[in-house]
Amino acid sequence: MKPSFGSPVLDATIRILTPFLLLFAAYVAIHGHTSPGGGFQAGAILGAGLILIRLVRGHDAGWGLSRRAALNLACSGALVYAFVGLLSLAFGHAAFDYSALPLPVVGGTRRALGSLAVELAVLVTVTGVMVLIFESLTHAEE
Amino acid sequence: MKRLVWLALVPALVVLGRAATELPPLGDPEATAAVYLSPHYIERGPDETGARNMVTGILADYRSFDTLGETVVVVAAGLACLMLAARRTGGDPDAG
Repeated sequence: MKPSFGSPVLDATIRILTPFLLLFAAYVAIHGHTSPGGGFQAGAILGAGLILIRLVRGHDAGWGLSRRAALNLACSGALVYAFVGLLSLAFGHAAFDYSALPLPVVGGTRRALGSLAVELAVLVTVTGVMVLIFESLTHAEE
Repeated sequence: MKRLVWLALVPALVVLGRAATELPPLGDPEATAAVYLSPHYIERGPDETGARNMVTGILADYRSFDTLGETVVVVAAGLACLMLAARRTGGDPDAG
């Protein structure tokens, strides 16, 4: 990757912006049950935050996802989704019936927790794919 | 190989085009899904799924299998980008 755009103004901006981006991603993911939003949107915000850091700081960012880690995250998110969905088969219910999950709550809450689990899996997948695409494109320029 | 693709594509397009004309018009209150499925989702959805946001309730609970497919499509898009970029530089997609 070419040298980053580093300048004091950009540095200070991402230092202030990044924590809010990460917090907002978590908010959108978890609050998706009562307000518009969910795993896809939260993953896009989180991925945008990670890409922003890489854009400004380049490889000096200190943290972030490598291409390999992003690929692993993207694939494991989809696998976790499928696993949670098929888990209810083991308890004698239809696939993707989250009321069958062995959780210490009843009825709708149980299904809400099941949906939250798959939304988080979607979040991991979308974040991984966004970073993976960015890293693939910038890797090619090296 | 290319001829085979066309042989499969053209009949598929004809069948899909025929089927599209049979679909109920958009927003038709007499459509099959609008008669029993939508009222059920609207009336019982928040209680059954525990999600006050009806969109999330349908997306992540009633239509969870469909959302799994969407997730896999996103992963496939990422893999396609990775392979295209690796091919452009002749690099090994496994590295780094």
